[in-house]
Amino acid sequence: MSPISRGFHGRRRTPAGAEGRVPPGQYVTSDFPVLSAGPTPHTATEGWTFSITQGGDTKKSWTWDEMRALPEEDVTTDIHCVTRWSKLDTHWQAVSIDTLLEQVEHQAAYVLAFSDGGYTTNLPLQDVTGGQAWLAYGYEGGPLPAEHGGPARLLVPHLYFWKSAKWVRGLKLLEHDEPGFWETYGYNMYGDPWKEQRYAGD
Amino acid sequence: MEGTAVRGRLTWQTATVTKITPETARASTIVFEVPDWAGHRAGQHLDVRLTADDGYRAERSYSIASAPGEPVAITVERLEDGEVSPYLTEELRPGDEIELRGPIGGYFVWDPATDHGPLLLAAGGSGVVPLRSILRDRERTGSAEKARLLYSSRSLPDVIYREELERPDPGLDVVYTLTRSRPPGWRGHAGRVDDALLAEVAWPTGQGPLAFVCGPTSFVEAVAEGLVGLGYPPARVKTERFGATGGRQ
Amino acid sequence: MNPLDGNAIGGLLHEVFGTEMTDAAGTCVTCGQTGPVAQAVVYLDAPGTVVRCRNCSSVLMVFARVHERYCVDLRGLAVLEAR
Repeated sequence: MSPISRGFHGRRRTPAGAEGRVPPGQYVTSDFPVLSAGPTPHTATEGWTFSITQGGDTKKSWTWDEMRALPEEDVTTDIHCVTRWSKLDTHWQAVSIDTLLEQVEHQAAYVLAFSDGGYTTNLPLQDVTGGQAWLAYGYEGGPLPAEHGGPARLLVPHLYFWKSAKWVRGLKLLEHDEPGFWETYGYNMYGDPWKEQRYAGD
Repeated sequence: MEGTAVRGRLTWQTATVTKITPETARASTIVFEVPDWAGHRAGQHLDVRLTADDGYRAERSYSIASAPGEPVAITVERLEDGEVSPYLTEELRPGDEIELRGPIGGYFVWDPATDHGPLLLAAGGSGVVPLRSILRDRERTGSAEKARLLYSSRSLPDVIYREELERPDPGLDVVYTLTRSRPPGWRGHAGRVDDALLAEVAWPTGQGPLAFVCGPTSFVEAVAEGLVGLGYPPARVKTERFGATGGRQ
Repeated sequence: MNPLDGNAIGGLLHEVFGTEMTDAAGTCVTCGQTGPVAQAVVYLDAPGTVVRCRNCSSVLMVFARVHERYCVDLRGLAVLEAR
């Protein structure tokens, strides 16, 4: 039995007024922690592409300029990291993943997002469509900084933020769910913060 | 059992705080009574674990500030937005219990019986803590090795252990460099450690020096690279990187 | 945020391997570089722990604490020599 540390409270949990916006086990932060599994890639927008692939084939690909020509959305949302911090009212400039997937014919049920540096994460297709997911290139009115996933990252705020792959370069269409990087090591295949689905079996 | 790895499970145990001494405006040294302490080597660290009454836990690593044979002590620098360091430096009191495990570390250690050569110790901020353990061990064992401490600090008031470091010791040289502010009339070094300062303070490689470099990652990499550039074999430059503000805070 | 080094996971390694491992020598399967684990590049809270080769940045080890167990991936090491 660990002794209770007298007077230790850890970080403050839920600020007044934020009840209902903070999933169980989370605390609200005003900063934006930078967490990464590796060195920050620095990918120039010239030469950057975003691809939808299936099997070994590229079904559709956009250059940076082509992607930026698509309708831009301003997204204000709360984000929740599995390491227990939540950040409320974050502002992003992004293209809806619906806009990208609409241009591709497919019958996939899952996607595997893949990024510069080798990171991957899996999601059900229905969780990256229906206005729930974006390709985000702007943060708080400026270009998304490299340390936060720029030039562009996936943004899927209704799931734990490890699913919002930084430095994303595409989505691989899958018929069956396949674990990505952290899912392979025991993190939850789905990751709903409201059900505290941090690990496999939760 | 000098020089052997610590075998067997590393278990958490409950220690009692016996004394807390402020060192600077931000840093305090905390002394523990640890019932099953197996002893430690200069340069090692321990892990501390705090548990809130709702079961929430936080864990951090701190270098041991005391020498082998002295009561176990750590020196903690309070970080503005830290979660654990403000608790340890402002809330904790003698008599409180705390969970810790250790000692930990088999690489960043100095063993006076087997490690030979003049010591070059380079500290960036709170990186001085494990180096102070080395200096105290050097003193306690009556080591004949000469030592030089290059200590980079924001300002003179931020220097930890200043009185102790200024005690006369013919075999020890302390060189400060102050990076943010200097007292009036300061004639010592200013600004970050650069190759020129390293060339000035580093023992010549012909003397077989052993270097220990500890502090923020950027400090450690600049100094380690500089020493290797001066001809120090990489195996003779031991490094320990703390988080940007001094270890996991 | 700057990454740390293998010293920062001394406790974790001891827990997993049952012994002090920071001075163990690891050989990268990708570039063949050998060095003490203490010198490897460590990314903490990623959410798990990722240990990379200082020479080529390839992943050497991954540790994920899932409930009360550790999931450990050592495929990035060709050899790990401990005392």
